[in-house]
This record gives sequence, structure tokens and C-alpha cells, in this order.
Amino acid sequence: MARVLLFGPLRDLAGWRERDIAEAASISALKALLAEEDERLGEALSGPGVKVAVDQAIVNGDIAIGPRAEVAFLPPMSGG
Amino acid sequence: MISLTDTPLRPGELLTRFCEDRSETGAVATFTGIARADSGEGTILELEAYPGFTEAEIGKIAETARGRFGLDDILILHRIGRITPGEAIVFVATAAKHRRAAFEACDFLMDYLKSRAPFWKKEHGPASARWIQPREEDHADVARWEKEKS
Repeated sequence: MARVLLFGPLRDLAGWRERDIAEAASISALKALLAEEDERLGEALSGPGVKVAVDQAIVNGDIAIGPRAEVAFLPPMSGG
Repeated sequence: MISLTDTPLRPGELLTRFCEDRSETGAVATFTGIARADSGEGTILELEAYPGFTEAEIGKIAETARGRFGLDDILILHRIGRITPGEAIVFVATAAKHRRAAFEACDFLMDYLKSRAPFWKKEHGPASARWIQPREEDHADVARWEKEKS
């Protein structure tokens, strides 16, 4: 079970900030699962400038995620 | 020290505390950023951070500044949550042996915070709300330091 976090406009679009999601073994599988239930969110997660962090470290490409991973989708940041 | 808070910042008290017990520091510079209402409109800012990650990323910026300017100490406090015009959003203090390093480090830290720090900022205006992005000027401000380094 991965904990999924959404920030900024992604959180607004999805209507939630944090969820536990079972049965996603990789970033791509997780995206596919989320896209299945919310097509617009699915598109936005792969949108321009969206970064992915696993356990608070930015990752590139598709990686496997552990059962207790924290996966955050970070849309373009606004700065402070 | 780096900290995010959802309660109002008190720049005077922060500065007083930051200056205490320093015998080798010759200069302390500070910057306070204040939420501004544009053309009299009642805009409320909402600032979202990724707890843990945001502090760590700001920490990397601070470490770069510490090395580049040879600082004795750095304090960065950033508001999160809803901020009304007139409230301080950010307070940065730098301590160094000499004033030039303290001034420049403060400037450097703010330029990087404004464009690179992981925050998501929403502006709630009278009629609508929108997520905002760094302005061109913010990117140009950071580019200044990148150019100077090379």
C-alpha cells in the first residue's frame, strides 16, 4: 500500500490531498490506476513540469515502489 | 535554522533572538517579505508546502549560501497556510564576519527561495482564485547568481 500525496493544482483537480492506494507496484502502475478512476487527473499527473518524489526524493522515470512508499506528485512550484 | 509555520511571524523578536550570544559575528542582515494587496484588492495568499521535503530543499539552498558567502549562521522562517495582506510571509537572517557577505547572502537566499523553493501558492481574489508561478523577473534574479559564479 502506497501513500499518495497531491499538491497545488493537482490536489484541487483531484479533490483530495492524500490517499492510501493498494496494488501499485510502480509509478506507471500507480498513474494508470489513478487515471482509470479519474481521466483528467491521469492526464495532469503526466503533465508538463510534474515531478514525482518517492519517500521525499525526486525520481526520474518509472521505478518500482515499495509497499510503504510515500509517492508525491509535485506540479510546477511557485516558489516562496 | 529552517522552519515553516502557520502562525504570524514577528520579525523584531526573531532578529533580537538571532543576534544574541554572538561574539565572532560582525554583521547580521535580514529580509522580511510581506504579503501585498495589489491595487487595493483584498487578496489572500494560500501557501502549501510538502512538510519535510520543503525544509530539506530550502536546506540545500541555505548550505549553498553558507559555503559561498562563508556565513556563521542562517535563519529562514516561512509562513504556510492562509496569509492576509500586511502579514510577513518570510523572514531571512544571515550572520557573517563582515557586512558584504551578510547582505549578499540575504539577497541570494531570497532570489532562490522565490523561484526554487517547493511551495505552491494560490491567490484568493474577490472573485476567483488562481495558482501562481514564478515571474520572469524571479528567474532572471536567480540567473544573476549563476552567471557570477562562472
